[in-house]
Amino acid sequence: MNKISAAKIQSVFLRAAVWLSAGVTVFALAGIIVYILCKGVPNLSLDLFSPKYSSENVSLFPALVNTVTMTLTALLAAVPLGVFSAVYLVEYANRGNKFVTLIGVTAETLSGIPSIVYGLFGYLLFVAKLKWGYSMMAGALTLAIMILPLVMRTTEEALRSVPDSYREGSFGLGAGKLRTVFKIVLPSAVPGISAGIILAIGRIVGETAALIFTAGTVAQIPKNLMGSGRTLAIHLYALWNEGLEADKSYATAVVLLVVVVLINAASSFAAKKLTKQ
Amino acid sequence: MDTLNTAAAPAKKSHGARRINDFKEKLMQGVFTAAACVSVAAVILICVFLFASGVPAIFEIGAEDFLLGKTWKPSQNTYGIFSMIVGSLYVTAGAMIIGVPIGILTSVFLAKFCPEKAYKVIKPAVELLAGIPSVVYGFFGLMVIVPFIRQLFGGSGTSMLAASVVLGIMILPTIIGVSESALRAVPDSYYEGSLALGASHERSVFFTVLPAAKSGILAGVILGIGRAVGETMAVVMVAGNQAVIPNKLTEGVRTMTANIVLEMGYAADLHREALIATAVVLFVFILMINLSFSVIKRKVKDNG
Repeated sequence: MNKISAAKIQSVFLRAAVWLSAGVTVFALAGIIVYILCKGVPNLSLDLFSPKYSSENVSLFPALVNTVTMTLTALLAAVPLGVFSAVYLVEYANRGNKFVTLIGVTAETLSGIPSIVYGLFGYLLFVAKLKWGYSMMAGALTLAIMILPLVMRTTEEALRSVPDSYREGSFGLGAGKLRTVFKIVLPSAVPGISAGIILAIGRIVGETAALIFTAGTVAQIPKNLMGSGRTLAIHLYALWNEGLEADKSYATAVVLLVVVVLINAASSFAAKKLTKQ
Repeated sequence: MDTLNTAAAPAKKSHGARRINDFKEKLMQGVFTAAACVSVAAVILICVFLFASGVPAIFEIGAEDFLLGKTWKPSQNTYGIFSMIVGSLYVTAGAMIIGVPIGILTSVFLAKFCPEKAYKVIKPAVELLAGIPSVVYGFFGLMVIVPFIRQLFGGSGTSMLAASVVLGIMILPTIIGVSESALRAVPDSYYEGSLALGASHERSVFFTVLPAAKSGILAGVILGIGRAVGETMAVVMVAGNQAVIPNKLTEGVRTMTANIVLEMGYAADLHREALIATAVVLFVFILMINLSFSVIKRKVKDNG
């Protein structure tokens, strides 16, 4: 009798611990989002979106434009590389090939490297060695290396989930390998690939440490890619660093958060489309 | 195919077309292979640049003075990063104490306790938690957690405790994601067998399913450690950044990552190289963490 009740108490305790922990997790997320929305939304104003940044009006508009430029440039470099690497891994290389293992190991290493180390590397290579100075290009290429393993891995998974019968059907109709890859395999893997790309966009938009010493912190829209410019995430960091108005920081955080939530929603939408297929 | 082609007049043309095709195939295969080499080249480049710029500084300062020296005073040419190494370890340990139990229990909840309707809300919420930029976490920590600690314990509030709490929240999605899939990979027969022997749902989950998923969960925890050690912006904003070893949870602390971000902007000469050397030490830490992660992951695969 005593033993049974002890087991029962244990069960109740375990159940309570599990529910409590899940509660804490949800509470932490809800806390962050609700707090920033409540503090930030009232501070959103048209001034914040005026085309020029000045010390009186810390407009986030240039940073927003820079974020879009940075994202597109980094994707332009990383997506072809990542997708082509995955095509090589899935369609061309023999499984268990040593080179494939090596690529797997390096991709894993790359995805574990902290962003500040990427930032220093970008600084050493692009800013100092190649003498580009702080520039959007240096930042974008640094980010491209950073998101490369992500794009590669998600594409690889998407390609592997394309049934072999598609390939066989294509070969059976007389198409070559290349034609099969571009007309049959890649199109059917598009939802998976796009989910990966959207995840990568999320990382680019939120990145700070890798960009401070590569793209720099100039708060204007640069004339070209060789100019320095801050993205939205750096803008928020810079506002803290310069000790500028908390209200404006809240509003900036809201814009950043909204962008990230939208990206997240888009990613899960793409992933859902994939599973439906 | 060849006999067909030689049979008709336009065969020559199609033969030429096929050669072009062959060439295209070869060319693109080369392009794909080259693309695959880029990630390997990137790792090599990163290693070469970091080590070439950082390691000479370590020798110039003296490996022992650099790694075990407790004073970091660039103005006096004293570069000891021991307090930063300890700082990184402290903050990571703090994050683990907060994040690991909550993370694992939440993954148990998601895998075995969660009603289906709640799952549809909580799972995306956890994914969203992973997507929030670290600078937003830092900002939230600065505005909410730091003042809270200031009121509770006095002092400035920017402290090891604040950094641990913020990092503890940040690593939750990593731990939850990996642990949940590890738990789901355990065959249902384990759970059913335990139930059939008369154990309750809770006991079955905790004493049969959870131990069976142990390696996978450990992999998740190690991944979380890697994230915590490497996190920069969120830590810089809430940790206080004093370059001394803290005695209390409520004292400020500086991590290796923070050291780089704070001073790289204006550092020159040996100071700059010492910062890059800090990154080298950080990089070696991360490589070791990565290595143990892949060893454990391989073990999971072998067991499965």
